[in-house]
Amino acid sequence: MENFDNLNDIQKDVLREIGNIGGGNAATALSSILTGKVDMSLPELRIVGVNEISMLLGGPEKEVVGILVPMTDDVKGMLLFLLDKEFTHMLLSVLLDKTIDSFENINEMDMSALKEIGNILGGSYINAICGLTALDIKLLPPDIAIDMVGAILNYPAELFGAMGDKVLYIEENFFSGAESIKSHLLIMPELDSLNIMFKRLGVD
Amino acid sequence: MANLIVVGISDFKIAKSPDVLITYALGSCVGTCLYDSTLRIAGLSHILLPEAAICKNDNNVMKYADTAIVELVRVMEMQGASRYRLTAKIAGGAKMFATTGTSMGDRNVIAVKNELQKLGIRIIAEDTGSNYGRTVEFHPEDGCVLVKSVMHGNSTL
Repeated sequence: MENFDNLNDIQKDVLREIGNIGGGNAATALSSILTGKVDMSLPELRIVGVNEISMLLGGPEKEVVGILVPMTDDVKGMLLFLLDKEFTHMLLSVLLDKTIDSFENINEMDMSALKEIGNILGGSYINAICGLTALDIKLLPPDIAIDMVGAILNYPAELFGAMGDKVLYIEENFFSGAESIKSHLLIMPELDSLNIMFKRLGVD
Repeated sequence: MANLIVVGISDFKIAKSPDVLITYALGSCVGTCLYDSTLRIAGLSHILLPEAAICKNDNNVMKYADTAIVELVRVMEMQGASRYRLTAKIAGGAKMFATTGTSMGDRNVIAVKNELQKLGIRIIAEDTGSNYGRTVEFHPEDGCVLVKSVMHGNSTL
């Protein structure tokens, strides 16, 4: 496979299954953090252009929290979680008992908590990949940016410009009581790593 | 009536007054505003990467600093602008992720500056680097460039 543009249907199904299992793990992890049952809907997986993602989130100027989790070892690349205001506020209110009405009020402590959430969610998806492929994947410490989604997406765009503009995008709805929050995740293994994954799963 | 002309990523557009050019959310990307004040012709380029050599088999010249700027100047000259009158204002080239990020923003800024220098176009203002996103609005009426950001307010170049 040369780039994400020419994934076949079976390969897409495999990726969707990784999204499913990872999403389930993430819901379990969120349940214990948020001390209440968290359910999730079936994840929606799309192979989209990096530039289209900002439209899916409400336009390039929409403010989001971007948590970047680099992957290394057998699979190199990164995960990028994009959290909108609602998700961020809910996490911070439960974790730090703090109400924020604007991203401008987010301090170092909050950022550190959000990075930890990135770590935990990242681990949920990575475990799904490791479980299916028996590959070793290690996560590096997360990095955070709070800004316009279009600007944050420059980073994956510049890194993956060389392998086509398409990335794997997973959108999931988590439900906790009456609340519903949406997570947006970009999974970006390097091309060599993706081919290794497919080979392990017999769909190369 | 004035139109707002949107310049996407790896794109450029040319406009005359009263229309206004805008490009959203530059991160490590660089926006280059070229202006011929005599004819009031404005061109705005939004590049993603410094050199076309980074990507094989990609023929979008508007994506790379070393191919986009010279092409924008060529198209502006076809519309009557003169490169001897052109001035440049540039914005963007940030590093969005502090520890993990690459220096692509810096490389983009340097590449754009090199191209402008080769073409003999003077940079009269810039708002580049740092760690935040910028939206650029370019007014052909007077060559004014408004740079907007979420965390660092607005500035005029």
